[in-house]
Amino acid sequence: MRPQSMKVFDELRNLNVLTVQNAKQNGERVVGCYCTYSPQEIILAAGAHAVTLCGTRQEPIAAAERDLPRNLCPLIKSSYGFAVSKKCPYFEAADVLVAETTCDGKKKMYELMSKIKPMHVMNLPQSQTGEQALAAWAKEMEIFKDWLAEKFAVEITEEDLRKAIKLMNREREAMRRLHATTKVKPSPVTGVDLLVAVWTKGFNINKEDGIKLVEDLTAEIEELASQGISPFSPEAPRILLTGCPVGFGSEKVVRLLEECGASVVAFENCSGYKALDRLVDEDENKDVMIALAEKYLSIPCSCMTPNEGRLELINKLAKEYQVDAVVDLTWQACHTYNIEAFVIRDYVQNQLNLPYLHLETDYSESDVEQLRVRVQAFLELVQGA
Amino acid sequence: MLTAGIDVGSVATKVVLLRDHEIYHLVRPTGWSPRDAGLNTFQELLQQTGYQESEVVCKVGTGYGRISLDFIDKAVTEIHCHARGANYLVNGGGLVIDIGGQDSKAILMNDEGKVLDFTMNDKCAAGTGRFLQVMAAALGVDVSQLAELAKDQQPLEINSMCTVFAESEVISLLAKGSNKQEIIAGIHRSVTRRVWGMASRFGAAKQIIFTGGVAKNLDVRNRLAKEAGAPVIAPELGQFAGALGAALYARDLASKELS
Repeated sequence: MRPQSMKVFDELRNLNVLTVQNAKQNGERVVGCYCTYSPQEIILAAGAHAVTLCGTRQEPIAAAERDLPRNLCPLIKSSYGFAVSKKCPYFEAADVLVAETTCDGKKKMYELMSKIKPMHVMNLPQSQTGEQALAAWAKEMEIFKDWLAEKFAVEITEEDLRKAIKLMNREREAMRRLHATTKVKPSPVTGVDLLVAVWTKGFNINKEDGIKLVEDLTAEIEELASQGISPFSPEAPRILLTGCPVGFGSEKVVRLLEECGASVVAFENCSGYKALDRLVDEDENKDVMIALAEKYLSIPCSCMTPNEGRLELINKLAKEYQVDAVVDLTWQACHTYNIEAFVIRDYVQNQLNLPYLHLETDYSESDVEQLRVRVQAFLELVQGA
Repeated sequence: MLTAGIDVGSVATKVVLLRDHEIYHLVRPTGWSPRDAGLNTFQELLQQTGYQESEVVCKVGTGYGRISLDFIDKAVTEIHCHARGANYLVNGGGLVIDIGGQDSKAILMNDEGKVLDFTMNDKCAAGTGRFLQVMAAALGVDVSQLAELAKDQQPLEINSMCTVFAESEVISLLAKGSNKQEIIAGIHRSVTRRVWGMASRFGAAKQIIFTGGVAKNLDVRNRLAKEAGAPVIAPELGQFAGALGAALYARDLASKELS
């Protein structure tokens, strides 16, 4: 049985567009973000809305390929395609954009995109270790704060920042509780639904409403779980998905896994749990920029070298969610995740002793049947055929 | 107990009827309808062997056309069927390399033939039977002649992985007046390098079992052994490994239901 609250999330997709457009009409400021490294607290403290921008659909890719190489990752092409074709209402509503130097493809694409809208690019350190990296990232936070304050002609006070940190932490905790509902065996909710809820939430600019929606959905799923209701049989293999971000329109692998009889219970990727694992330290005695820098720098993205945190997070989630197998998704031409797959395979197979499947694909539907063979064969393997 | 395995591949449909240790087999072109190919080949084999359809206690389908077979009891992926069939033909597990019409795969098994891991070629035709078909057509020879023509020839370098570009490359080589037989040897080496590049990630295997239609090509087989630096076993019924595996799954399924 599908949670009733999911209907709210289905409708939220249209509602989000209206909310952001209304906000614009009321003269409110909107900052568009692409990545989990974007410090939303600074945006909120500036009295602006932080909104995720579109980039998970196939449709605008052709438009992007007029400017960008064809053999680039679909996420970058889709994001850019939405921007140039003016098909993303959130991009259109954004006053300014914030981006980070994560992978090479993104940062070079941002150079082209910055010609369309004012954009601030934060220089992300490539390593998470050492005082230098933390100091540099804290400094980048400061620079972004000053840039935004000037753009919007506002003052961003420490008090505003502390308030925003508390709000964002509450949101993270609500999202963590939502994710945790799938710890029950069998999971009371499908991975596809969980993904829809998490994804639609990203486009919601009203934080308090968003938290409430997530809490209501969580409560309903927990209720279903307590009654033993689940869309899965107890034998459905429980899958942890890791790798590149997945969103609505690019959920084909999650959908395939569940069509073939698996239950996707944990999302390690940055569109899932990766950015929720750590909260911002609310200690009032700590420098607020350092507190922010510590949280965001700890996100175990494959653009970091080394990236031990990803292994730790996979290990933690695999145990907490009692998974039977790990599926690692790489979007074509995503070098960092693609290369990391070698390490992840070794870790999952030899340290966690779990079956591992690496899939490399793009947003198109052209290889769905080939992927289905791999997924079915993998699930046969997991179930000991 | 009589069971059937029906392997509908992109090029050929293979059917096996299995009774104890007796294996009856038949291969037919798949053509445009995977369902009809599966059903007709199955019925033709029944006719040949004189069995009645009602005597077949369980039918398992595999291969890309398995989803269109509405007369089977269960569908199992070709990964598991090939491993199962290969391990029946050559006991002791190891690495199965299967080169079929539209894909190539490497399957790692434990000593009992249980699948531990597998890998398949990406969506393009490099390193598949289709690649050989296209090249043979460009050279104006039949696929069945390739092995004999390439035998003991010094391979020419074929650089392109993409089937379409490799075809252009072959045509330019012909235009330059290169030796056709050396081109074919080069094509074979290109296929085996591609396939071994994929299979070698599993490291040294106890034994390498080569199945699928392309395994009938002796020159590809020899060159694969050279790439691997290890002997390659190509069982006589290698093309039927998938169908045989499916028939073995059907036997398990029927026994489970009887017990």
